[in-house]
Amino acid sequence: MSDPITQAGTPAPRPGDDKPRPGMSERSIGLLGDRKKARLDELARASAADRGGISLFRDAVRRLRRNPVAIVGATIVGLFVLMAIFAPLIAPHDPVQRFDELTKNLTVDTIPGASGEFPLGSDPLGRDFLSRMIYGARQTLFVGVLATLIGLALGVLIGAIAGAFGGWIDVVLMRLTDVMLALPSLLLAITLVAMASRSSQWTVIFAVAIVSVPIFARLLRGSMLAQRESDHVLAARALGVKERNIVLRHMLPNSLTAVIVQATLTFAVAILDAAALSFLGLGDPDINRAEWGLMLGVDGQRYFEVRPELAYYPALAIIVVALGFTLLGEAMREAIDPKNRR
Amino acid sequence: MLRVIVRRLLQLVVTLIALSALIFIWLRNLPGGPVEALLGERATPERRALLTKALGYDQPILVQYGKFMQRVVTGDFGNSIRSGDPVTDVISRAFPATIELALAAMIIAVGLGVPLGYLAARWRGRSLDNLTIAGTLLGISIPIFFLGYLLKDVFTQNIHWFPPSGRLTTGLDNTNVTGFFVLDGLLTREFDASADALWHLILPAITLATIPLAVIVRITRASVLDVLNEDYVRTAEAKGLRHRTIRGRHILRNALLPVVTTIGLQTGALLSGAVLTEKVYNWGGIGTLITDSISGGRDYPVLQAIILLAALVFVVVNLLVDLSYAFIDPRVRVR
Repeated sequence: MSDPITQAGTPAPRPGDDKPRPGMSERSIGLLGDRKKARLDELARASAADRGGISLFRDAVRRLRRNPVAIVGATIVGLFVLMAIFAPLIAPHDPVQRFDELTKNLTVDTIPGASGEFPLGSDPLGRDFLSRMIYGARQTLFVGVLATLIGLALGVLIGAIAGAFGGWIDVVLMRLTDVMLALPSLLLAITLVAMASRSSQWTVIFAVAIVSVPIFARLLRGSMLAQRESDHVLAARALGVKERNIVLRHMLPNSLTAVIVQATLTFAVAILDAAALSFLGLGDPDINRAEWGLMLGVDGQRYFEVRPELAYYPALAIIVVALGFTLLGEAMREAIDPKNRR
Repeated sequence: MLRVIVRRLLQLVVTLIALSALIFIWLRNLPGGPVEALLGERATPERRALLTKALGYDQPILVQYGKFMQRVVTGDFGNSIRSGDPVTDVISRAFPATIELALAAMIIAVGLGVPLGYLAARWRGRSLDNLTIAGTLLGISIPIFFLGYLLKDVFTQNIHWFPPSGRLTTGLDNTNVTGFFVLDGLLTREFDASADALWHLILPAITLATIPLAVIVRITRASVLDVLNEDYVRTAEAKGLRHRTIRGRHILRNALLPVVTTIGLQTGALLSGAVLTEKVYNWGGIGTLITDSISGGRDYPVLQAIILLAALVFVVVNLLVDLSYAFIDPRVRVR
């Protein structure tokens, strides 16, 4: 086996230095005593993971709870979800009702600002802006979660099939992801929305979801391929476990942590992309829908000179939520990284 | 090496052919059919029949596909529905504007991102590092069109440092040579036009640079941190080499390898971001063209040409980056 890096003379790792170097082959790791023990530990963990994944997750959760970044991210995400669930209890008014006391003051270049009953003032149609912001959490969560789940489901399906079967199926599926990756993400979403004759909430969700499909597919395929030759799969195969069960019960569960991390990060991208589509006039045409991206992209843009708050509040909400999911996702990624495992 | 290039080129061709096939299927399945999309709903049956025949839509589907591919390869995309001009003209008028904007954004992102990432890594855990990380997280979480409006509001309405939109002050007549206005001014010695174009370029370029900048800073920082822990850096230090030598020869050269790949991949972010940025600043490039081709009734010939062009640019740049990687990093070449 030619390993150009070890040939180039990387010094042997000192005892106690257990950080694998890039380019170090699996075999050279296996030769070390300490390493071997670590591998056995990992094997034990992997087999525990097969029985429900408790120890792997517990390990990661333990590290997450000590990480302030994770706590900030999780708090933001938690508050956001609570706001979405309890929107009807928190919001002072109905988000789609037009109020006479607001509409009577509406003109082309004045939109009523804050007043006692309407703390954030009016939106361009004489509705309570605060209530729309609160209900916005609900719609934004809906769009983000659905887009992420559709992307995840399709991506995982493609990646799992490609990784499990290999051969020409793998080649065909990977060329398919190549086509999706041939267009930059927002352009792909724009193309997909433009392909639909009329845009609706669903074209937006679908377009944003498709963008993440190749990412999930490649992630899962890579993870499956890496596991194919790993010890726990070889062991299962030697024990005569059916190929189908090896894929479903040994390989897939081990790849899921990485997929969950990616999904957390994808959520942030999904709501930003949905906002961008709204901004380009390709968003949901329903004027009653209160979704932050839509509020920012349509009213926020149109009335920026008249009442910039219409852009500021939804933008701030999107930034905070996107930040929350990104922080949580990155902290999770760090937590499951074997380099940090103790 | 040659085998890798050939294989990658073949993959690229297959990808583009598949994409063009998808576009063909899309155009064939437009509501009302492709002819109605071109002529509008109220066209007379005679005109429809004429165009159907002229475009070959009465022939078998495979023949149509062959003709479609022939036109695509020769760059003949027909005429824009909106303006009636040939699509190639419409696009070549808009293309330099977007390239100029993207290049300027890239110069900002790389010129600022690599040093910042390096400094953040060197002073890991100090305030500059924390500030930089916070900044990059904010950069990837902010909708860039909102950032565009914000910058525009502050720097063109409150303090009048920059012009709010367009590529040149109206009334200023510049000679068009390459379509890159800053370059044109230098070539024709119309330095006032050059300066004016640059003045218009700054805000949009900063807006567009945000995401690539954030990504480049993070990758550079992570990569430098990796290299700092390498034994060869410790060896170099132990040998008593000067810090400047270690920094230049050992740290930067190795740390920049992943950064190069990232820069290439940011072409995608630039193309996506250009659509949004150009709308905010009314820039008049490919991004504006996309928005216009969608909003005022879909201009399918223009759209399909842009999609194919964007895909071509994106995959070719990515291929070049992969290949350049092999040239910069001797270890990749061996395999």
